[in-house]
Amino acid sequence: MSETKGLTRQQMADRMALEFQDGWIVNLGVGIPTMCSNTDTGDRDFTYHSENGVIGYGGVASPEEEDLLLVNAGGQNVTLKPGASVVHHADSFAIIRGGHIDVTVMGAYQVSMTGDFANWKLKGQKGGGIGGAMDLAACAKRVFIILEHVTRAGGPRLVTACDLPVTARGVVKLVSTNYGLFEPTGDGFLLREIAPGLTVDEIRATTGGKLTVADGLKTVQLSR
Amino acid sequence: MGQKSKQFGSFRESVADIPDGSTIGFGGFAMPGVPFNLIKALMEQGAKRLTLVGNTTGGAQQPRMPDMGMLVENGQVAKVICAFTAATRPTDVLPFTKYYESGEVEAELVPQGTLAERMRSAGAGVPAFYTPTAVGTELAEGRETRVINGREYLLEYALKLDYAFIRARTADSFGNLRFHRAQRNFCPVMATAATCTIVEVDEPILPAGAIDPDDVHTSGIFVHRLIQVPAEPDGLWPTKRQERRR
Repeated sequence: MSETKGLTRQQMADRMALEFQDGWIVNLGVGIPTMCSNTDTGDRDFTYHSENGVIGYGGVASPEEEDLLLVNAGGQNVTLKPGASVVHHADSFAIIRGGHIDVTVMGAYQVSMTGDFANWKLKGQKGGGIGGAMDLAACAKRVFIILEHVTRAGGPRLVTACDLPVTARGVVKLVSTNYGLFEPTGDGFLLREIAPGLTVDEIRATTGGKLTVADGLKTVQLSR
Repeated sequence: MGQKSKQFGSFRESVADIPDGSTIGFGGFAMPGVPFNLIKALMEQGAKRLTLVGNTTGGAQQPRMPDMGMLVENGQVAKVICAFTAATRPTDVLPFTKYYESGEVEAELVPQGTLAERMRSAGAGVPAFYTPTAVGTELAEGRETRVINGREYLLEYALKLDYAFIRARTADSFGNLRFHRAQRNFCPVMATAATCTIVEVDEPILPAGAIDPDDVHTSGIFVHRLIQVPAEPDGLWPTKRQERRR
């Protein structure tokens, strides 16, 4: 595990899950986003959709609950909530393409200040791993991204322009990182909330474009 | 229903006539729905210059079960059409990658929803369709797009299969299928897109009529060959995926 500042992976997911509104249909991508389904959401009721056609799943299954044929987008064994249903892949993506997903939460390598993001191909790589990301990015009502704020080499992931091949352009509305909560603003990023232990200067030095700071900046809220 | 039995006695017999150069779809998303036993039989059968269609070439998870990548490693494959030619985690390396990078095997990388819809279209007699997916990306470069009601869409063509290899929970002798949970994934659309659909079935094959018509997921008209998966060690079954790091 690399040394990271600020929020843990689960906390980055928890913060994002606070944004989900009652009644939303929520798609969670592989990696940190699937951790949103472990978050205690209080009395808000929403439905998790996985690209493999599972609608209405709950948290990761305990060994007693485990069904090897029931997995989320990351291939983890999950549980079902009452009212769950299963559709095949073409219908699952008809749900996505048809605009029925309120939000998709994905991981990424980079997010640009204009809301482009890149998560399928590394520099110099032949081919890549698209999975369902391009369909979701083009068609969900909202695209939220969770990623670690800096690369292993310490470089920014919130950038002025993606230098990796993009997954979709101009779609990202909100970004949760271990440093805080951000919105792409076109010419930079708005820092909405800051993680404990971080300073605005530190964030400015590791973020592309103009950093705007929310009035009365608060530390990252982790529960309602 | 007056059909000749679709039941085969062995996986070996069910894939024996597959010729070189065939296009074969493989159901599965992670473990559920992957036709492990049919893949193993095809490796033994040895057909060559195949085009494989599926979500991923596989091999990133442990323990490794039969996957499309093993057919590649076995020298049977000319091309793969899939949503992943590399793993989602950059630190994972798919066994397929080196065959692709050396140019030994060709690959067509397709967004997952587009891949599913291309097969649904093939099965439904729709030759092509427009989708907003991948517009503005490297995948759309140099390809036909069209603006409809102010939004740009990319033209995608139907993808027909010679064979579909899928796995189901329950089947009757007519070939009506039911899937369990996430086992369904690509299996029903691949069945409609294929000239010949071969199904490995978890449970003993039931007499026709044993599945209520309202409860059938895939109609037997799309199914041509059925084989029940024997218990371990003769049959291959999904195993617990090993969790790694953090």
